[in-house]
Amino acid sequence: MSDAITHEAHHHGPPTGAKRWLYSTNHKDIGTMYLIFALVMLFLGGAMAMVIRAELWMPGLQLVEPDFFNNLVTNHALIMVFAVVMPAGVGLANWMIPLMIGAPDMAMPRMNNMSFWLLPPAAILLVLSMIVPFFGGGQTVNTGWTLYPPLSVQSGMGMDFLIFTIHVLGVSSIMGSINIITTIVNMRAPGMTWMKMPIFVWSWFFTALLLIVIMPVFAGGVTMLLFDRHFGTSFFDAAGGGDPVLFQHIFWFFGHPEVYVLLLPSIGVLGMIIPTFARKPLFGYKSLVYGMAVLYGLGLIVWAHHQYTIGMSIETTTYFMIGTILISIPVGLMIFNFIFTLWKGSITFETPMLFSLAIILMFSFAGTTGVMLAVVPADLQYHDTYFVVAHFHYALIPGSLFGLYAAVFFWLPKWTGHMYNERLGKIFFWWTTIGFNLTFFPQHFSGLAGMPRRIVDYNMIFTEFNVMSSVGAFTFGLSHLLFLYIIIKTVKGGEKAADKPWDGASIGYSGLEWTVPSPPPFHTFEEAPQVK
Amino acid sequence: MHLTRDSKLRLATVGGLIALSNSAYGDYGLNLVEPASEITKSVFDLHMLTAKLAFYISVIITVLVVYILVKYRRSSGAEADMQMHKGKFGVFSWLLVPIIVLGIDLSIAGPGTATLHQVEKHVDAELTVKVTGSQWKWTYDYLDNGVRVVSNLQEHEPTEAGYLRSVDKLFVLPVDTNIRFLHTATDVLHAWWVPAIAIKKDSIPGYIHETSTRITKEGTYYGQCAENCGTGHAYMPIVVKVVSKDEFNDWVALKTVEANAAAAEASADKVWSKEDLMARGEELYVKNCAACHQVNGAGMPPVFPALKGSAIATGPVADHLDIVIKGKAGTAMAAWGGQLNDLEVAAIVTYERNAWGNDAGDLVQPADVKSAR
Ligand code: HEC
Ligand SMILES: [Cu+2]
Repeated sequence: MSDAITHEAHHHGPPTGAKRWLYSTNHKDIGTMYLIFALVMLFLGGAMAMVIRAELWMPGLQLVEPDFFNNLVTNHALIMVFAVVMPAGVGLANWMIPLMIGAPDMAMPRMNNMSFWLLPPAAILLVLSMIVPFFGGGQTVNTGWTLYPPLSVQSGMGMDFLIFTIHVLGVSSIMGSINIITTIVNMRAPGMTWMKMPIFVWSWFFTALLLIVIMPVFAGGVTMLLFDRHFGTSFFDAAGGGDPVLFQHIFWFFGHPEVYVLLLPSIGVLGMIIPTFARKPLFGYKSLVYGMAVLYGLGLIVWAHHQYTIGMSIETTTYFMIGTILISIPVGLMIFNFIFTLWKGSITFETPMLFSLAIILMFSFAGTTGVMLAVVPADLQYHDTYFVVAHFHYALIPGSLFGLYAAVFFWLPKWTGHMYNERLGKIFFWWTTIGFNLTFFPQHFSGLAGMPRRIVDYNMIFTEFNVMSSVGAFTFGLSHLLFLYIIIKTVKGGEKAADKPWDGASIGYSGLEWTVPSPPPFHTFEEAPQVK
Repeated sequence: MHLTRDSKLRLATVGGLIALSNSAYGDYGLNLVEPASEITKSVFDLHMLTAKLAFYISVIITVLVVYILVKYRRSSGAEADMQMHKGKFGVFSWLLVPIIVLGIDLSIAGPGTATLHQVEKHVDAELTVKVTGSQWKWTYDYLDNGVRVVSNLQEHEPTEAGYLRSVDKLFVLPVDTNIRFLHTATDVLHAWWVPAIAIKKDSIPGYIHETSTRITKEGTYYGQCAENCGTGHAYMPIVVKVVSKDEFNDWVALKTVEANAAAAEASADKVWSKEDLMARGEELYVKNCAACHQVNGAGMPPVFPALKGSAIATGPVADHLDIVIKGKAGTAMAAWGGQLNDLEVAAIVTYERNAWGNDAGDLVQPADVKSAR
């Protein structure tokens, strides 16, 4: 499909200077901006995690005050969720969905520009929320990312900054989602039927649908919080006839599906990478699509498993327990399909594949601790301990972050036109995987031994586990300098990448991204391609 | 080559998991805390069941994946089977997963539901204790005999075994007794958690939650607040001393005598001297107020105001009494009227007005507090 190149000749090239980025309506440029934004925020959120682990290195207060510590805990989570994984996912969607389905751009390019440019102000608000307490802004936001009242009503001005951060981010992701859904529904090239769509496109279709359902609910919840704080309402204040638990329901109605928002795009990425390096068509394409649909439905109705300790009736609790355990079916199906894509394949171990394999193993391990947590009576012990912290980092770091790393290595040659350095890529993989496991595996044990989360200090019986965790965390954190180096080096130059840099990339697959040159010209698919 | 490294990494993980499924690690704590009551024993058994399942499933998946990677690696000349997804297995295998997984799920949900019913079964309690979380201490009210224990953190150095694990007043309970806990909180969320003897339910202002237990072994059990409650969240430990029924009855008798004496003292129309009030006031202040306002009265502005030189602590007595008795809604300043008796409030307020260079000079007597309530 070299049409694209000939068209390029008599079309305008990219505008130059700051305007290219500020006014950009080009899905590739906007995708790049999303990815760079996520990378910058990854270092910010990661630095916070380093301070947290440095403080927890030993019993006693070493570095930070208790309030600031929990403020770091709060903002580390919010940054990683809203400013790293989600924008990175949208960045991938922006870059790849139009290329995969043969669309010239996203359906609403100007809205696309606005979705992105809302992010930097949101990031500034988020950072300000940590800074205002030092300038007379009252109590820090020491609640953790769940922002539970009444504690969040006690917080100072920083909490208001966070509420507005969430509003702005919410607007941005709802607009992004509308754009993605519209693009997928309306802009597919002739012949690109629904059931021919690359699995990555499907994964974003469900993700975007989820976001549209949950973000408004969360925005509403924090708005009620804002009213309780400043306008004398008592939505969440028992003394005024309100209910502190109501906020928890609202939060987790958003918060649980949010996990799938973070997870699904990476599942989509695995569905692209594993067939490529197993050189074999994706096994169970249909069941993966339906599995995601089931996950979408179930994900919306099991939120209260995050709050088993709030004292619900036994019937309600049983319902949430069974619902939650059932989630293992669609998730199990995904893992099964990936494993059987490998079966009778012809497997090689490039960096994206290494990440994908590690994800299969570590994420399914997180799934098994997830089932442990779903069982109510046992959760009444695990709840709010480091066991939970370990579980969700095993779910989210392999399940979404490593998926993004895999995607970056997989598509970097397409985006930049250069191959990354495979040796360095592999070193990064091993370095980061070992660091990650060393950080979070011991936390299962500190949790079981009775260490609650969100504590700044602890008794020496927990020391060994925490020392291991901290050593692991510094190892893990440091590995990202190599990641940054690899990316910069690849953007700058390197071995030329072919249009289809991976020999197994389009086996049994209708996506169109490998038919355009690497890097793709500024405009692609100005005339709709035909999918066979 | 990657495979050997991959499997080594997995082996390490598996080793850890074996440790998890083995309860013999005692003090070092590689497993859930050893249970000392009927209900925590059931929960422990349930935990072992699910942990073992988790372990076996992880092992099976890992072994399967490693096997596939070795067998079908391209460097060994493996060629891909392009038709596999179109065969019978490819078309119908999706049914396999729901069936297998559903089987595993049900085998967990069954025991899970049974234990849940046990957790929620509240037999007639022989002893009921209301457990109240406040920033940052626990108050235990024995509803059957009116005894109250207020339990605060006891300071230690980080290198001492008691660091963040000891309290000034122990929570005493009898062994082999049906005990009911009623959980609530006065300010923000807390969660009273002593893993050996009871499961946790959140303490929520405006709610009263019920948990039950029957402790089977005498001894001392440790726990701490599990739900983030702000600045002092790491500093609200729980120590439960479980004694024989006789010892418990003696303890209750002793506490009752003490409480009656204190109440009599507070309500007697005695006029107290400045020295007495200051001495009592200092002790009570350090115990109840210093966590926020600091021992030297300097507070931690802007969050916790200084009392040293503050307009309220040096201004009219009425305002000072008012904020101490009624607290200030929406802030960490609690209403102390319900927790301190007239004499105690009088002593603290007198102390605050005359310590650290505050020179209001006036004395507050229990009678003043009574009329201010
Ligand atoms: C959990 C933390 C905390 C504890 C414990 C606490 N206070 Fe306070 N106190 C506060 C806060 C916060 C304020 C500020 C309330 C406001 O915003 O006006 C305050 C305000 C006050 C004031 C008014 C000071 C001023 O100048 O405005 C007095 C007096 C006071 N407290 C007395 C006490 C006494 C007496 C005790 C112990 C019996 C106590 N406090 C325990 C948090 C606490
Ligand atoms: Cu607490």
